[in-house]
Amino acid sequence: MTSHLFSTSTNGETHPLTWRLREDRGYVDLAEFQQKDGYEAVRITLRDLSPDDLIENMKTANLRGRGGGGFSAGVKWSLTARGDDHPRGYIVCNADEMEPGTFKDRMLMEEIPHLLIEGMILAGYANNARMGYIFLRGEYVLAAERIERALSEAREAGILGSKVCGSDFDFDIFLHTGAGRYICGEETALINSLEGRRANPRSKPPFPGQSGAWGKPTVVNNVETLCNVPAIALHGGEWYQALSGGRSDDGGTKIFGVSGRVKRPGLVELPMGVTGAELLDMAGGMRDGLELKTWLPGGGSTGFLLPEHLELPLEFGAIGKAGSRLGTGLMTVVAHNQSVVSLTRNLEEFFARESCGWCTPCRDGLPWSVKLLRAIERGEGEDGDIDMLISLAHDIGPGKTFCAHAPGAAMPLETAIKHFRHEFEAGIRHPAREAHAEPIPVGSV
Amino acid sequence: MTMDTPATGNTRASKASQGNLIASVGRTDDFELTDEERSEIEHEMGHYENPRAASIGALKIVQKRRGWISDGAVIAISDVLGIPSSDIEGVATFYSLIFRQPVGRHVILVCDSSSCFLTGHDELRDAISSELGINLGQTTGDDRFTMLPVCCLGACDRGPALMINEDLHGPVEPGDVSALLERYS
Ligand SMILES: Cc1cc2nc3c(=O)[nH]c(=O)nc-3n(C[C@H](O)[C@H](O)[C@H](O)COP(=O)(O)O)c2cc1C
Ligand code: SF4
Ligand code: FES
Repeated sequence: MTSHLFSTSTNGETHPLTWRLREDRGYVDLAEFQQKDGYEAVRITLRDLSPDDLIENMKTANLRGRGGGGFSAGVKWSLTARGDDHPRGYIVCNADEMEPGTFKDRMLMEEIPHLLIEGMILAGYANNARMGYIFLRGEYVLAAERIERALSEAREAGILGSKVCGSDFDFDIFLHTGAGRYICGEETALINSLEGRRANPRSKPPFPGQSGAWGKPTVVNNVETLCNVPAIALHGGEWYQALSGGRSDDGGTKIFGVSGRVKRPGLVELPMGVTGAELLDMAGGMRDGLELKTWLPGGGSTGFLLPEHLELPLEFGAIGKAGSRLGTGLMTVVAHNQSVVSLTRNLEEFFARESCGWCTPCRDGLPWSVKLLRAIERGEGEDGDIDMLISLAHDIGPGKTFCAHAPGAAMPLETAIKHFRHEFEAGIRHPAREAHAEPIPVGSV
Repeated sequence: MTMDTPATGNTRASKASQGNLIASVGRTDDFELTDEERSEIEHEMGHYENPRAASIGALKIVQKRRGWISDGAVIAISDVLGIPSSDIEGVATFYSLIFRQPVGRHVILVCDSSSCFLTGHDELRDAISSELGINLGQTTGDDRFTMLPVCCLGACDRGPALMINEDLHGPVEPGDVSALLERYS
């Protein structure tokens, strides 16, 4: 059982992430991976390129982090503490995929874990890391099996371990499986979790690139981000950047996807800047009898958009300007008969439950918003509840909390009220107005 | 209304564990790690810079065999890793897939995130509830099933989705529930 792909291609120059997938969608083993150019990028880079060359390539590629934050991977790598004054650190692959509506990393890890391993070796080389950890969520059982299998194939072939592919570079990767909780995906919480602690985020600075796991320089990147690295190393940053062909300044292709009330949910690799309309079309459109009401462009922590936004290019800039975030780039599609109040309540329940509890606005504000939303959902909202929700969303917004979890929760709440205020108003009972239905006698107030 | 991940276990289990908070550390419940568990934990320790990092792995190793983490298990793990049992307790209570109370032979994790919410999570959850006579966070009287909520399972294209033990299922229609549960005795 694997995710449906809207379209496929075996062209490595246009589909760097998915061109090697098998027709039967099974596991691409080492032999097949190598037959399809696999680990060529490692061989060539370790032989011909310096870490700085690779980082330059990455910057030119303008590969923006695919875990939802969109930070340039090349810039991040250029800030890692390297050199003789610094100990060799770690590459940590963020494979904690739990963002509501996101199912892309699962597919990459289940079908082609060698691509991730190759990307991590290259990231390790560029950032002077001694070891890599794949932080995989505990529920991804099949991915864990496939990754372990790929790791041992790679070790046996001398691709991991001492003297990677016969070079002077030593690097190994270990699979770490988690034990639940969304907050583990926040990169500093993830490092705490890796160290065997509660997954509370850490304060920044210092950034992980300076001091991360066990105080060593640590680079945390998403699965999909790392899977892009081999092709960039092989074909160059300019080639990668140009893949998005003028549709977007963000470089490359991305695994997009659609879930929710559509005919054929699934995934597809397309250039950055494809539109929501194109994706919705590929998913067969809305299920029969349904019309599109609203959509989330990239997971539960992104803002609601309207049908008119379907024509926007899916890239970090344009979606940001429309008041949302690209996030993970997997659309959640909502039909006309769905109450936005209920859906927002569901999202805020998720964020309230998954708060790590460290800071007050998030720990107390989110349950409060759930309480208000539940009342409005039942038609028992009080006057002032909507303003209170807006003010709560503001108080947990960017810069007000210890990590980005709470601002992520604020975004769907704020945009739901912005676009669908009438639905919230319909859930407010008006005791004040009813009580004053009779004229108020002069002098009585 | 509870905002936390619902406690696992039925009323009986909840009562039994009330007096068992870590304040009572020192009592060992006569718990001993098997040689196999101990060596798996020691192997795990070798993958990190220090033993503490193996704490989550150690909890999972013990839970895999015993189903849940008792007070005695917390203390035994803290002995092997050489870190305070209160730290192990802190970790064990933080993560949603570590159970500090007994659970049923089969654990059902029902995804309640947005895509599954849109494709019928509530109906699915209610169907399981009425089939088994338990709510989220509870265990059937015969200790066969525990039902818990879980974050997006990364199977949003197959929603509503759930996992039973290590098996992913989706989409699961309310009408499928009975036959599906039959497969787990
Ligand atoms: C609450 C929260 C949860 C997150 N979950 C994930 C996740 O599951 N996977 C992921 O790659 N990034 C996640 N992130 C983003 C990471 O903090 C981090 O930005 C990312 O791993 C960096 O990698 P990238 O630049 O390659 O995207 C999360 C962030 C927050 C605030
Ligand atoms: S914002 Fe929420 S999740 Fe982040 S540190 Fe504060 S309480 Fe924890
Ligand atoms: S929302 Fe249920 S699997 Fe993603």
